[in-house]
Amino acid sequence: MNNIAVRCKGVTKTYGSGETKVRALRGIDLEVKTGEMMMLVGPSGSGKTTLISIVAGVLERDEGECMVFGHDFKHMSHREKARFRGQNIGFVFQLFNLIPTLSAAENVAAPLLINGVKRRNALERAREILNLVGIGDRTHSLPSELSGGQQQRVAIARAMVHNPKFIVCDEPTSALDHETGHKVLELLHEVVVGVDRALVVVTHDSRIFEFANRIAKMDDGHIISVSDSRDFRLNEKLN
Amino acid sequence: MNFIALKMLIGDRAKYLGIIMGLMFASLLITQQSAIFLGLMTRTFGFLTDTTLPDIWVMDPKVQYIDDLKPLKETEVLRVRSVEGVAWAVPMYKGLLKARLPNGTFQTCNVVGLDDETLIGGPPQMLQGQLSDLRRSDAIIVDSFSVKDRLARVMPDGRREPLKIGDTMELNDHRAVVVGVCKVTRTFQSQPVIYTTYSRATIFAPRERKLMTFVLVKAKPGQDTHILCHRIRQVTGLAAYTRDEFKKLTVRYFMKYTGIPINFGVTVVLGFIVGVAIAGQTFYNFTLDNIRYFGTLKAMGASDVTLLRMILLQAAMVGSIGYGLGVGAASVFGTLSGSTELSFRFPWQLLSASATAVTLICAASAVLSMWKVIRLEPAIVFKS
Repeated sequence: MNNIAVRCKGVTKTYGSGETKVRALRGIDLEVKTGEMMMLVGPSGSGKTTLISIVAGVLERDEGECMVFGHDFKHMSHREKARFRGQNIGFVFQLFNLIPTLSAAENVAAPLLINGVKRRNALERAREILNLVGIGDRTHSLPSELSGGQQQRVAIARAMVHNPKFIVCDEPTSALDHETGHKVLELLHEVVVGVDRALVVVTHDSRIFEFANRIAKMDDGHIISVSDSRDFRLNEKLN
Repeated sequence: MNFIALKMLIGDRAKYLGIIMGLMFASLLITQQSAIFLGLMTRTFGFLTDTTLPDIWVMDPKVQYIDDLKPLKETEVLRVRSVEGVAWAVPMYKGLLKARLPNGTFQTCNVVGLDDETLIGGPPQMLQGQLSDLRRSDAIIVDSFSVKDRLARVMPDGRREPLKIGDTMELNDHRAVVVGVCKVTRTFQSQPVIYTTYSRATIFAPRERKLMTFVLVKAKPGQDTHILCHRIRQVTGLAAYTRDEFKKLTVRYFMKYTGIPINFGVTVVLGFIVGVAIAGQTFYNFTLDNIRYFGTLKAMGASDVTLLRMILLQAAMVGSIGYGLGVGAASVFGTLSGSTELSFRFPWQLLSASATAVTLICAASAVLSMWKVIRLEPAIVFKS
């Protein structure tokens, strides 16, 4: 059985042209397996966000191949890409990106509504998921009435409410204190990683490396190493 | 997704109210000023509105509008009667004469002299007395607005007492007795309207060789009025218009030779600009403020069509509410000003026109926002 969720080969991406040209990705090879949490780490400007944007189908690559569960975004129309993302990909953002005028349940229901689920059913499912992430008592709260940790839980609930195969997280703990960040990663690990699901997390936060199955280190548009979480942390200590 | 669109819109109370207020004021300005303009234009042919019996108005070819008085020889009525297709033709006098009020002040009045035999061309509604009372000696009928206002008797204590049946006044030094009070459509000139017989009007009027102003004509049954007008013009060399043609001629004169359309037009355009500037700008800002969330929805799988539908729904929502409030406020204004001198006309065509204007404002705002959302890269969601 093919257990590869994401396979990228020779992916390049350049922003701008002429003197302002920036080569964000310079030939990336990456594989993410189903059932694993892979972290992308590296300094600012190393290309992490560009890579997850391409992998999640929200940014076009210039060259190379990139398959997500056997599908290549390059061969899809805008509409097909949107539909694929809506059905198969969940997003967790650094600043949560919760719509401030919607309640927690309504925010969580958004991906279901995008996929055409009836509002009543979507809200019911959203409440179930909010219960699962431990904030079932805050379903009616607006994002502004929630703490940072609670907001990130809502964001995680939103990323998994439609049962996607692949979830991308961009700096999910950067706006949270250490303890809350730890709890959020525990939650992600607990509820998201399954045999048929994959998770890619972009992070700078070395305190959450222990949750990863593998860690890919990036620098200057290249992946310079991919290692097990334990080996990576050992190497980091030695360095 | 409609639900999310509406919650996004309504949730941002300040902007939501700002957009609605902008559209409301735009709609109010456009509707109210246009209604006053239409009211004024309708008043220009108020006398024609009241005089419904004749099919055709015959006059001097140089006449440009209803109050452009260019007298004809009285024999012209006989020539008109001789034209084939004319059922009847009667003379009418219309002129401005000075009335001397009991307190010694003067008031210019619009005096209408009706055919002595038939009294054709009389007021549309009598409130006191009867039209046939004009056959009494020195009889006049006065309009109901003026009896309480411009022709009212000012008592020694300053109180104004309405003119009533039996009261007398002087019209160009001739005694006139009020025998009735009638209701007329207010006219643009707004002088008091006094009805009397044709022969008496020519006595009241200063002596001139020509005194008749119009010949009122009824076409024979089945006679096409446009063809009859053409025939009267050919036979008599006079101008002949149907009532609608004469109304249009009058409106055209006021549109062309007065600053009224420009003045009102400027205000209506200003209303439109205010709408675009305030509502359009606020709506666009609302979209910009939410661009990250539109990006998030796009990343999560919402298609461009879905997002455009959301924006259109938001625009339609604020447009409908703003338009409704604006038109409602204009209606209240119109109702409150109904008993004043202010002219106000609110036909369904005006409602449609202002709805179109508000739709254009909303469409312009929505297009800008939609353009922004279509060009939006969903990757924006990963920018902190």
